[in-house]
Amino acid sequence: MSVDTDTVKRVARLARIAVTEEQASQMTGELNVILGFVEHLREVDVAGVEPMTSVIPFEMRKRADGVTDGGIAADVVANAPATEDNFFLVPKVVE
Amino acid sequence: MTDLTRLTIAQARERLRAKEISALELTDAYLNAIDSSNEALNAYVAITHDKARDMARASDERLSAGEGGALEGIPLGIKDLFATEGVHTQAASHILDGFKPRYESTVTANLWADGAVLLGKLNMDEFAMGSSNETSYYGPVTNPWRAKDDDKALVAGGSSGGSAAAVSGFLCAAATATDTGGSIRQPAAFTGTVGMKPTYGRCSRWGTVAFASSLDQAGSITRDVRDAAIMLKSMASVDLKDTTSVDLPVPDYEAALGQSIKGMRIGVPKEYRVEGMSDEIEALWQKGLEWLKAAGAEIVDISLPHTKYALPAYYIVAPAEASSNLARYDGVRYGLRVPGKDITDMYEQTRAKGFGMEVKRRILIGTYVLSAGYYDAYYVQAQKVRTLIKKDFDDAFHAGVDAILTPATPSAAFGIADEELAADPVKMYLNDVFTVTVNMAGLPAISIPAGLDSKGLPLGLQLIGRPFEEETLFRASYVIEQAAGHFQPEKWW
Repeated sequence: MSVDTDTVKRVARLARIAVTEEQASQMTGELNVILGFVEHLREVDVAGVEPMTSVIPFEMRKRADGVTDGGIAADVVANAPATEDNFFLVPKVVE
Repeated sequence: MTDLTRLTIAQARERLRAKEISALELTDAYLNAIDSSNEALNAYVAITHDKARDMARASDERLSAGEGGALEGIPLGIKDLFATEGVHTQAASHILDGFKPRYESTVTANLWADGAVLLGKLNMDEFAMGSSNETSYYGPVTNPWRAKDDDKALVAGGSSGGSAAAVSGFLCAAATATDTGGSIRQPAAFTGTVGMKPTYGRCSRWGTVAFASSLDQAGSITRDVRDAAIMLKSMASVDLKDTTSVDLPVPDYEAALGQSIKGMRIGVPKEYRVEGMSDEIEALWQKGLEWLKAAGAEIVDISLPHTKYALPAYYIVAPAEASSNLARYDGVRYGLRVPGKDITDMYEQTRAKGFGMEVKRRILIGTYVLSAGYYDAYYVQAQKVRTLIKKDFDDAFHAGVDAILTPATPSAAFGIADEELAADPVKMYLNDVFTVTVNMAGLPAISIPAGLDSKGLPLGLQLIGRPFEEETLFRASYVIEQAAGHFQPEKWW
């Protein structure tokens, strides 16, 4: 399978990365090289094979559903580019 | 007086305990070395002079009270991927500009609890995506090693290039590193150092910036095998904050060193004899087998038939997980923000400016293979192939193989800004051909320096072990180290 520039632009949109026309066309070539490389996987007979979900055969540890952390709003927003009263500030999203 | 920066952890530990040197002296020796050498090597992206001296003074107090921990007063470099409270943590990316976490990663917290000293944060490929440390926002790391009669700058490998260069160039006693497809073992091989990648689940991933969560594992780069055993003992723990952290006691790895390997069965996978492999690598591999045999190991030929599919499967699984993990960098909660005409534009502009080319490529591949209509064809297929890759190893281990010996890399270190590699992303990916299978199967592996090539550059061998049998790897790699000797670059920097 290979991708065209329109597909690259659509995927970049899904990934929320702005790309110029020139970048999209350069990436199309690069992505097709990588997709060509992974194409080899189709040769493998995977009939009856389960997809890997965990490399270690241990059951995932679970904990009681309780509050273990919190009350640190100032720490949570400390690294944000824009905040007010411990809220994150973003461009207007509702009219 | 001997140069304190040349001491291994074990040697420094002895001198500190005997009070022949102080932790502050040792830390100052390293800080001086960093201040005078970092411009040439670019191994550190942040140097924590004050914190290092404060920690060293505290270590001296504990040492004089006779209460020192296992790493008391040992100065370490920390890969920029580990969250360090109040200290530069950016995964060598522009998108995490100014990020100083309010928390400490479990691995580094364990090291500080044992008395280690933080010298600073080490350069790396951006978000650990690369094999040459050239994708870093802070520029490439220069390998302390150069070819004979040649002053061309070589890469230190990647993604843990800063860790490898700092250990090899005497800018820290040891370093933390992480390995998703070979990021500890390949740079270690390129710099004549020991690179230990433990079993998936042995070291907590909590507080380590995520790249591909099902493959990422923290480990170390050290001057020798003993130091690798010392580091793992402190780094490994059972951590309730990481659900994949395994509930198994942490053994005294150092005790495994010097134990006999008589009767140990070492597998030699025929699939690793790849096309175009250099005679030098082949000869080194043979030499490694002879050393192990001479120490009483039994060498057995094995087959890992799905080896050649590991790299293609990796380049689906890793980007898919990365595209999901890196969705969090949105210009809202931390790091860089580039203003836009609305919130979506703000996201898109921020991510366009904040991520470098290699990271963008992988996010796009990951987004594509997870997108509607392609998920089964790519992602599910790759995860099925991954099951087969792991089964290959399981079969070998069930047949009685204790460890597997392979070359660590297909070549010695290459030049910075190599045109052929820059032109074709897949060529760069092939650097990980011997290491990536291990991550796909979640196994432990160690890269040990085993010799120099005809240009005088270090080459490494890799030992792969059964899950959670790191001790077997320490035993066997110690035998190789004893036979091969140690390798240090000639100082030019």
